[in-house]
Amino acid sequence: MTELKRTPLFEVYKEYGGKTIDFGGWELPVQFSSIKEEHEAVRTKAGLFDVSHMGEVEVKGSDSLKYLQKMVTNDVSKLKNSGAQYTAMCYENGGTVDDLLVYKIEDNHYLLVINASNIEKDYRWLEDHLEGNVQIENLSEKTAQLALQGPIAESVLQKLASDKNLGEIGFFKFQQEVILNGKKALVSRTGYTGEDGFEIYCDTKDAVELWKEILHAGEEEGVIPCGLGARDTLRFEANLPLYGQELSSSISPLEAGIGFAVKLNKEDDFIGKEALKAQKEKGLTRKVVGIEMIDRGIPRHGYLVFKGEEQIGEVTTGTQSPTLKKNIGLALVKSEYAFQGQELEVEIRGKRLRVQVVPTPFYKREKK
Amino acid sequence: MTTPKDLRYTEEHEWVKVEGENVRVGITDFAQHELGDIVFVELPEVGDEITADEPFGSVESVKTVSELYAPISGKVVEINEELSDNPEFVNESPYEKAWMIVIEPSDSSEVDKLMTSEQYDEMIKED
Repeated sequence: MTELKRTPLFEVYKEYGGKTIDFGGWELPVQFSSIKEEHEAVRTKAGLFDVSHMGEVEVKGSDSLKYLQKMVTNDVSKLKNSGAQYTAMCYENGGTVDDLLVYKIEDNHYLLVINASNIEKDYRWLEDHLEGNVQIENLSEKTAQLALQGPIAESVLQKLASDKNLGEIGFFKFQQEVILNGKKALVSRTGYTGEDGFEIYCDTKDAVELWKEILHAGEEEGVIPCGLGARDTLRFEANLPLYGQELSSSISPLEAGIGFAVKLNKEDDFIGKEALKAQKEKGLTRKVVGIEMIDRGIPRHGYLVFKGEEQIGEVTTGTQSPTLKKNIGLALVKSEYAFQGQELEVEIRGKRLRVQVVPTPFYKREKK
Repeated sequence: MTTPKDLRYTEEHEWVKVEGENVRVGITDFAQHELGDIVFVELPEVGDEITADEPFGSVESVKTVSELYAPISGKVVEINEELSDNPEFVNESPYEKAWMIVIEPSDSSEVDKLMTSEQYDEMIKED
């Protein structure tokens, strides 16, 4: 067995009661107190996550925009300085290499944030398609990332940012070199929980201090450390896809339901455009939909979905929703059954149990 | 973590309490702690025959599904109906409110082969 990778925050997990698991080759905390408690904290107050395992790739050079337009499905030309964009990177056949965020620092200078388990694959893919005056650099090892998520995230983080009004950072915008208690960080109003909040990129050497200071600043108001378990239930309720489940090399972004990040009409050609266009024109053969159990049971990743005797799909994510207390899931099913109210069956430990197709997202925060 | 002295234990983290002819079964404090928030319990039906070391039901936390293994063979004579509406009892009270089934053993000497509390404590220490 190869040794598990660790983030700079590994040393403090124990101090906060963190229980670690192997997550795609990384030794990461699945929970600190309890998944339900952490989930609830993020929905009502705020929670702090160590997401330093995520990868960061810097893109520089005078042909950066042209290059990124070729590599990703969204329209990077629409990005303004200090703006972030959610996008996908595809294979020629429309399958997904990864889903990622593109940050525009300034003209000819971008930062890509990619999934931990895909860092090497993505970097090789990016490298193999370099064209023109473009330089890429993998900054993953040098960069730590914390995510402070929840309705009081701004007021808590503000206590550390004495010379910057964080209220000025709008949704999907970021600010570089924000000073948080003397430490420089890129602060981005983004997240993976369906709540307001920030993703904070800093130097690995500052990560432990920043972690402790944020938790200390929010302690009285109920900010708690959160693990990957809660991160998964939170993103799932908000219908944010997870690579390896809703998205994969054999699932296109259109099938996964992130068509909003695929701009088939953008001027530049991008890898996978023809395949995705054909998928759209012919009509998708399968789609990710929300499902809710009618019978008693919990759908789980990998369970098969049936209509009569025919297997028509499988569950990509499922659990008991901590917010809604319902047994729900996401499933990739044949399009002809992807209609609200459609009754289907999920096979759970040898038994066929009834589910119905329901709208997503399961949870949507109330906008202020 | 508590391990009551008067119970017997399995390697799969079930506890067994001898009550006259029958035995009551649940999962240990250690097990519920490892699993985290329990949100679903699936039990057999009264009258079902179960076999030692074979799955007889399952418990699900937010994150995972775990099978429950029969500590001994026999017939299920009672199940804890309350767990279907209150799976959190498994976390709150693993030895009392969250008993799962009562078995009428087909061979009551099978209980003697199970671990004592000392042996169980020793085993979970090594984990």
